[in-house]
Amino acid sequence: MHFVRIDTFDQWRSEARRLLLAETAPSEVSFSTTDDQLSLFASEPNVPTSSGQRGAAAASVLKVPREFLALAETVACHRGTHRWELLYRTVWRLTHGEPQLLQISMDDDVHSLQQMLKAVTRDVHKMKAFVRFRKLEEASSPQASYVAWHRPDHRIVRLAAPFFARRFKAMHWTILTPDESATWDQTQLRYGAGVPASESPDGDALEALWKTYYASIFNPARVNVAMMKREMPVRHWQTLPETELIPELLAAAPARVAEMIENNEGFAQTAAHYMPADTGLDSLRAAAASCRACDLHHCATQTVFGEGPPRARIVIVGEQPGDNEDIAGKPFVGPAGQLLDQSLARAGIQRDEVYVTNVVKHFKFTTRGKRRLHRKPDSREIFACRPWLEAELAAVKPSSILCLGATSSQALFGRDFRITLSRGQTFETEWSRRTIATWHPAAILRMPDAARSQQMEQQLVDDLVLAAARPGKT
Amino acid sequence: MDVRAKLAILADAAKYDASCASSGAKSTRAGSQIGSTEGMGICHSYSPDGRCISLLKILLTNYCIYDCQYCINRISSDTPRARFTVDEVVSLTMEFYKRNYVEGLFLSSGIIQNSDYTMEQLIAVAKQLRTVHGYGGYLHLKTIPNAAQSLIEEAGKWADRLSVNIELPSEGDLYQLAPEKKKPQIVGAMQGIRQKIDEAQQEQAAGYKPPRFAPAGQSTQMIVGATPTSDVEVLKTASELYTGQRLRRVYYSAYSPIPHADARLPGQAPPLIREHRLYQADWLMRFYGFEADEIVTEPDRNLSLDIDPKLAWALANRHFFPVDVNRASREELLRIPGIGVRNVKRLLAIRKHKNLRSEDLKKLRVAWNRAKVFVLTADHNPNLSDLDKLDLGKRMRPKSQQLMLFDAAGSARSGEV
Ligand code: SF4
Repeated sequence: MHFVRIDTFDQWRSEARRLLLAETAPSEVSFSTTDDQLSLFASEPNVPTSSGQRGAAAASVLKVPREFLALAETVACHRGTHRWELLYRTVWRLTHGEPQLLQISMDDDVHSLQQMLKAVTRDVHKMKAFVRFRKLEEASSPQASYVAWHRPDHRIVRLAAPFFARRFKAMHWTILTPDESATWDQTQLRYGAGVPASESPDGDALEALWKTYYASIFNPARVNVAMMKREMPVRHWQTLPETELIPELLAAAPARVAEMIENNEGFAQTAAHYMPADTGLDSLRAAAASCRACDLHHCATQTVFGEGPPRARIVIVGEQPGDNEDIAGKPFVGPAGQLLDQSLARAGIQRDEVYVTNVVKHFKFTTRGKRRLHRKPDSREIFACRPWLEAELAAVKPSSILCLGATSSQALFGRDFRITLSRGQTFETEWSRRTIATWHPAAILRMPDAARSQQMEQQLVDDLVLAAARPGKT
Repeated sequence: MDVRAKLAILADAAKYDASCASSGAKSTRAGSQIGSTEGMGICHSYSPDGRCISLLKILLTNYCIYDCQYCINRISSDTPRARFTVDEVVSLTMEFYKRNYVEGLFLSSGIIQNSDYTMEQLIAVAKQLRTVHGYGGYLHLKTIPNAAQSLIEEAGKWADRLSVNIELPSEGDLYQLAPEKKKPQIVGAMQGIRQKIDEAQQEQAAGYKPPRFAPAGQSTQMIVGATPTSDVEVLKTASELYTGQRLRRVYYSAYSPIPHADARLPGQAPPLIREHRLYQADWLMRFYGFEADEIVTEPDRNLSLDIDPKLAWALANRHFFPVDVNRASREELLRIPGIGVRNVKRLLAIRKHKNLRSEDLKKLRVAWNRAKVFVLTADHNPNLSDLDKLDLGKRMRPKSQQLMLFDAAGSARSGEV
């Protein structure tokens, strides 16, 4: 039996060549490496190597496929103690009647080699992925340097380092691992001794931003921890700053999903689901009374549908019923309604000539003590309810529409509509050639500056006049 | 608003985007100082949703003048808004890249002011990265619908990959949910990119050194499940785009973030499984020579949710089997359930030297349970007698639906079956 101690691929290569030339069968050789605990054989002398045999003649005898050498060089980085033996047995078989051996993937030796190759390649890939540089700035040097600590499974620093040199060409960097370190000074790669984790540098200010990104790009509606662990093995987590967020992210996921549904999803239904076949106003009103498309129907007393003559020339659209309207079941009967009535009168319009309605048909509120305080409808509620408004507009076919306030204007003109910029102007929309936006009477009532409030009230009257005007011959 | 607050909003807004791959550009740009592209993409981290993080995937802004109903950034949405400056995106990209957090940048945006203005902003980011910082890493720009062709051409000079989102599988879906987007315009934009890519390739083949133009090709994303459009329709659109526009990838993104019970599989989370099946079917079209029409075997023109599309096809086409692993052509071997592209390659190599037996297939780790009914081997394969049994389909369906959910997230990268 020959005992051979091998530490590097080059050593193995020259040993293997020598053993092959001596026709030493694999069963007659035992390989060991410094890593191994071979105390039993420690005193056994190595078979003396002689470099003199590395001649051209020897090389021509030993024809092994190029493919094998590449494979062997990678497998040599594997930590498995039997790798040298396996490689020697394979090269023996390749040169002893089985030149096609590497093609036979299910051969036990070939299979083991492929498994080892896969493990090493994967480890190199993980190193490329999971090295995290930390930036060190020293006052004395003008150049920042970047240092990373990483624990690969196999001895792959030299396989992976050139990649980092290509990628981070204009940086000074060092990668520390327990076995070996690699340093790049923008011109040359140097290898040095291994370093324990305790000697690696601490944090980097940028890690806070990176964690913010990690937390935000996570989609809580698709939690799949098994998949994550398969691709990002837990043993690497120690050096990946973002992984400490994982428990909180998972704990918060159900609440975030609920919030996503709340904010982004829209309701499963819209008013369109409750639309009657007959789209006359009476039939619409009856159907809307039992609308359950959004959550607002839960707390409100009743649906407050539009009111007015079915052939009205003017439709006035408010935001949503308030406290009084919710009780009465009629639009614009509270304080804002009274101000609207006054303004209509000043503009010379009878309230019963116009059709008055709201974008959202149920009262939305929070309770404070005994009082019910109005809350703005959100875009999901507006979206859910809008089919009613559209059906009303389609039924009435007004020649003008007057939108009161931002909510109703944005419902008809789009969300970038600014009432402060475009109030009092006439626009063509798909529902009417004369669609006008103006102040909501409630906004006028809330305005603390009396002069401004008066001015707004006058503008509301002006806009009502504009809405009532018969369009010119154009 | 500070950069961190913006990042939280603008990464959150990008979390629905399925594109993640950073592969395809075979060589690093000449003169690069920081960053490389070497063909194979690298996933630098994994999110608890099982998806890989390889890119800094953000929006320049989530303000948008459009109102597409499937989109969280639509003008009528209540979502909080933010906007990065060009410099902020450039600096985030460089700093993240230098720490090896990411493989590159995937930049997209809501539409502000108008399409051309928005596109110009994206180009400004790309150009600054390349010219000021010598950045050679991966760069994917999502082109803005209706942006001028000249801007898209400029974007292609700086980007590794361009994408034009088809958004929805059919013209009708677009009409319904994204009225401002029109299929002919979307496909027209893809065609423009394809022509430029082709030109660059032809010049290269003729021995010139043309300026780089989107060397990693173009991709698109389709939102699935926002409308009742069937899988056949989805796959046909995809296959049209693969052949007509030579797309590198079509990404499928299940619409609903919530586990809306799908009528076809009550109580499960079908959007994810459906997405998974679509990726598998897509894989069959790209690498196995299947046609969209033949993959879908269910009467409702959707993919089967409980078995993979290759097995579904095999069960519906039993006359094609058994396939003799020692004699069949590559194309035939590829149609055997449970045997993937890699194993077909191995089988072809091995059988030159020896006859393959059942044992050999098992050793090669083919999914024997799926394959065993369909293959003729050098030894006697007793499972073959099941091929004609009527209840075969029922027996081959997995007992538990849980199993499928498990690996669904991996399918975006590989839909291999
Ligand atoms: S607010 Fe509108 S959509 Fe919501 S339930 Fe009431 S009527 Fe229906």
